[in-house]
Formats: sequence, structure tokens, C-alpha cells
Amino acid sequence: GVRRRMLSSAPPLSTLAAGPYWPASGVSHLPPSADCQTPIRCYHQSSSFSKMSVYGPVVKIHPVVLASICDSYERRNEGASRVIGTLLGTVDKHSIEVTNCFSVPHNESEDEVAVDMEFAKNMYELHKRVSPTEVIIGWYATGFDITEHSVLIHEYYSREATNPIHLTMDTALQSGKMSIRAYVSAQMGVPGKTVGVMFTPLTVKYVYFDTERIGVDLLQRTRLLPSRTKGLTSDLSQVAGSAARVQDMLTTMLAYIDDVLSGKVAADNSVGRFLMDLVNKVPTISAEDFENMLNSNINDLLMVTYLSNLTQAQIALNEKLVLL
Amino acid sequence: MKSFFRNCHLKARKASFPPSLALLWGGQATKSAPTTRQMLVKYFDTSVMVLFLFSQVVLKIIKHYQEEGQGSEVVQGVLLGLVVEDRLEITNCFPFPQHTEDDADFDEVQYQMEMMRSLRHVNIDHLHVGWYQSTYYGSFVSRALLDSQFSYQHAIEESVVLIYDPIKTAQGSLSLKAYRLTPKLMEICKEKDFTPEALKKANIGFEHMFEEVPIIIKNSHLINVLMWDLEDKSTVADKHELLNLSSSNHLEKSLQLLMDRVDDMSQDIVKYNTYSRNLSKQQQQKHQYLQRRTQENAQRQSRGEPPLPEEDISKMFKPPQPPPRMDTLLIAGQINNYCQNVKEFTSQNLGKLFMAEALQGHN
Repeated sequence: GVRRRMLSSAPPLSTLAAGPYWPASGVSHLPPSADCQTPIRCYHQSSSFSKMSVYGPVVKIHPVVLASICDSYERRNEGASRVIGTLLGTVDKHSIEVTNCFSVPHNESEDEVAVDMEFAKNMYELHKRVSPTEVIIGWYATGFDITEHSVLIHEYYSREATNPIHLTMDTALQSGKMSIRAYVSAQMGVPGKTVGVMFTPLTVKYVYFDTERIGVDLLQRTRLLPSRTKGLTSDLSQVAGSAARVQDMLTTMLAYIDDVLSGKVAADNSVGRFLMDLVNKVPTISAEDFENMLNSNINDLLMVTYLSNLTQAQIALNEKLVLL
Repeated sequence: MKSFFRNCHLKARKASFPPSLALLWGGQATKSAPTTRQMLVKYFDTSVMVLFLFSQVVLKIIKHYQEEGQGSEVVQGVLLGLVVEDRLEITNCFPFPQHTEDDADFDEVQYQMEMMRSLRHVNIDHLHVGWYQSTYYGSFVSRALLDSQFSYQHAIEESVVLIYDPIKTAQGSLSLKAYRLTPKLMEICKEKDFTPEALKKANIGFEHMFEEVPIIIKNSHLINVLMWDLEDKSTVADKHELLNLSSSNHLEKSLQLLMDRVDDMSQDIVKYNTYSRNLSKQQQQKHQYLQRRTQENAQRQSRGEPPLPEEDISKMFKPPQPPPRMDTLLIAGQINNYCQNVKEFTSQNLGKLFMAEALQGHN
């Protein structure tokens, strides 16, 4: 009787968006309450997931978090289908920056879920010693969907942090891509009756520190080899590599310009303006001045090289003399 | 392609079994036939050829420095991993909190133990294989580093120290280098005998202090997928810092440090010179004294008097204290390092200047 009433009186999800805040679709769950025998699940996933307007802060993720999650997924216990863990970071007025994470051991079965909360607390204490500015801002789980157990785990994390975010990362690659999504929970339902929890998605952005970007750049080059390895180069070969990349970009541009000139592609004014900017960036200096600047710079560098070679020879000599 | 992606997640990495304590503390499990590793050890005189570094370690080190180490403070941390045949695989790491004045009762060992225990729960390799440190313009050859690395290498034979240079990385290319102490230096440190004679015997020069282990970055299939995804979603916009022409600031600082070290070195050399001069003067004095003694004795004998007793010469002429040579060695090594860095930097800049010339020439 109760269940039938709920089913008939449950309004369609679109009308629940009473205020301007809730998006048109999301993933929602009703917790297993005393009234119903089985939880009612509503799945609404729009195809244009990324184009939805979202309420809530922007989530900025650093690549170190994603790499750690991948690694802990690879090291999961036999029989576990997914891994969960805590996210650490800083909260800003309009954004949440996720900078660190650690995995938490947990057991999951059909009807219950057990999370080692003691472990989570301990790890957080240890991490706080190193970076005192990081706070618990949410938790992550690998996998494509949000299950009922996620609701319970999310409840636990709401005790640790105000308005925690939930990050899912599809390491099983169910959709052919590793989709990384973030959610924040919101209450929903008819007031006075059973209240459910809805996970509203948030925009996810990837941010890097400067040095991180350079590190990721190098790491990305390991994709190209079948052995997935890459040595670290040094010296002039790095400059050569960088120059080669700029050259590639220039060839692409030249090909485009040729196409436009021969009429194959329609000319685009904005691109033309960018090209103008590019050409003007090479500064016009009189040949003499440029010669002078170039020569003085080269002289500086040559002198420094000479001096350092001299110093090295000197200390080598000193060594030999001492050992006499 | 899709099935390849789907099978990727099945290649889960097996959990590492905790090594027996005997192996951890330097003991060696008995092997009947010589393995490849043993043969390589005999041939190359080192037990570890190459270092495999996983992506998350690189990212964690970068992040740690970014958060903690602004300025010339060094940040340190522990490396965890496994030794597989002839290579050392570093799979994870965790940072060490910095020494703060107000946290005097902070127990480092306890922090480390707790961290490793917790990581073992989540199947992360918890074998200590080394440590990492950030450096300021390449100045890391110091007594502290030597001592730490010695204690690590004494306990675990294959441990390395990973030096991360953030300033060089910010200039465009990731700068990570792994070093170990040479066996010769290990011997010397064990004896704790840093006198010139001992070093002469061991024939150690500053080039033989550290040996560099080549680093290779390795990724699992899943991380590969992640990299493709990241490239797709957020273009790591090439800023090409590497092609930046401005060099004077970096050059100035490096040269400043080099000059300081050379000053230290010259002071040290002066000390050594005075020592050797004192030593030779003392030798001369001893010689003269002995001569006078024998002369007097001869005179006395000719006069029929008993000879003077032989006095203990060593008590009369106390030999001067030889200055410890270890500091000189370290300074020499440091100067060498600075020079290498400066040369690398200048060669890169020369290349860039010539490129700029070519660009201007066509204008």
C-alpha cells in the first residue's frame, strides 16, 4: 500500500526542479528506508552530459590525483570490483581544488558495505603533518555508476567535510573512455516524507602547476612506444625536440595557408588576424643592432663555458697533486 | 581498439609480497646457480643498472615541492618500490614533513612506520628503496646528503637518492637524476677514516664519489589510457618555456654559487698547504734533532761518558693533525656539478641564439 502510493504520487523528476538551481537531469537515489522494501532508483542521464548547466563550485583536479587513483585501482584486492578513497584539497569560494588523495580499504557485497574509517582518519592525520592546508573535501570511487552503497559512504563523508564532492572515474572503461565526473549531493523529495539524495554533477576542469605541466608533457610521450617507457634526455637534444615541435606546427599552418590561397578552404578572418600577430611578433631590429646583441650574448656564454672548463681542469689537477 | 581498452583493466598489478626481514636487512637469500643479476654485478661492479620510475612518483614529487618548498628549503621524502632482476622500480613515494621548531617532539621514525604500515593495507609496495630531495640550482653535494645516503645504502644495497631540480624543470624540461655512492666511497665511509693517506690508498677522486643511474619512465596500460584522455580533454598547452631566450638571471645565480664554492675550495687548499708545510718542517726538525743526538753521542763516546738516553722522539715532536679530506672531496664534487650544469645551460642557450639569428635573417 505504501509503496504503491509512493509510486503513484512521485512526481516526474522534471517538476522537482522547483527552483532555478536543480538541473534538468541527474542521478538520484532513494535510500532503503523503512517504508519501502526495495529502494526506488531513477536514472536520468542526458546524452549531452557535459553541456548541462550545473550548480555548484567548479572542481579543479590535478593530474597527480588521477594517476594515484589509477594506481590504487590496479592494486586492488582480489574480488573487489572498485576502489574508494578520500580526496584532499582546498576549498575556494567558487571552486574546489583537489590536490591529493589516498585510498581507503573497504569491503563491498550485495547488501552491505564496510569502510575502514579508522584507517581513513589515521591517513588524514599523517597527510596533514606534511601539508597542513589540505582538508578532506570529498571522496572518490572507481566505476561508471553511482550505487546505493555510494549513498551510505557519502553520508559518512558528509560528517567529515561540509558538502563533500564525489568523484567517479571509470577505470573499467565501460564507455570506451575513462570518464571522470564529479558530483555533489543534494536533498530531494517531498518534504515531510522520505527524503532522497540526488547527486548533481559538477564541471570538472584539469589544472596544472607550471612544473606539473612540463612533467605531464614528458609522461605523455611514453604513449608512443610499445614498451611504454621513455628515458630522460638532456642538453641540446631537448631544445632540438622543442624546436621540432614548433616546426611541425608551422608546417600545419603553412599547409592551411596554401589551401586558403588556392581557394580550397574558405578564409577565416580571425585566423588571419592571429597569423598577422604571429608574423609581427618577430621584432624588427636593424641588422647591426641585432648582430651586436647576438655577439655579446654569444660571447658571454662562451666565456662562461671557458671558465667552467677551466675550473673543472683546476680541481682535477688539484686532485692529482694531492694524491701524489 | 575498444576491446584493447576493455582488456586493459584486467591487467591488474599483483600485490607485492612483503619481503622477508632477512632480505630487508642486507641478507641475501641463497641461490644455487648464478643468476643474470649476479653475473651483471660481477661485470659492472654495481647491482642496479637502471631505474624504472612510475608516473605517479614524478607527479607526487613535483606537487610536494610546489606546495612546500618555495625558496631555498629542500623538501625530502621516501621512495617505495621493488627490486626486480637488475632494475629498481620505484612505484610510490610519500613526503616527509619539514623540520619545524615548534614540533620538537615529532617522531620521524614513527611517522615513517605508520605511513608504511598504512600503505601496506592498500597493497602499495612498502619496501624502502631510497629517498628524494629537491635541490637549489644543483647544490646538493653536502655532508648531510652523504651521511643519509650512506646509512640508506648500508641498510639496503640498491637504494638511490633522487634529486629533483625544480628551477631547471620550470625552464622547460623535467630534471630528475638518481645517484648512488660508489662502492669505493662506501668503504671509506664505513671506516670513517678521512685522512689524506686513506683516501690516497683508495684512489678516490671527486668523479668517483657518485654514480648516476639512468632513469626510465614507465607507465602501466591504464595510465596510458589516462594520458590519452587528458590530452583529449585538456590540451596541455605548449608554452615552450624551453625556447625562452632570457638566460642572464639563471646564469648569474649559478655563477654566484660557483664562486662561493671555489672560495671555500681555495680556503681548504690553503689549510692543506699549511699542513703539509708544517709536516715537512717537522720532518726536518726531527732529522736535525736526530743528527745532533748522534753527534753528541759520538762526542760523549769519544770522551768516555755514557751516551744520553734515547728519548722518545714522537713525544717531543707531536705530528700536526692532518685535515680531513672529505670536505675537500665534497666541495670538488659540488664544483664539478655546478660546472656541468652551467655548461649544459650555455650549450642550450647557444642553440637558441642561433635559432633566433636564423629567424631574424629571413626577415
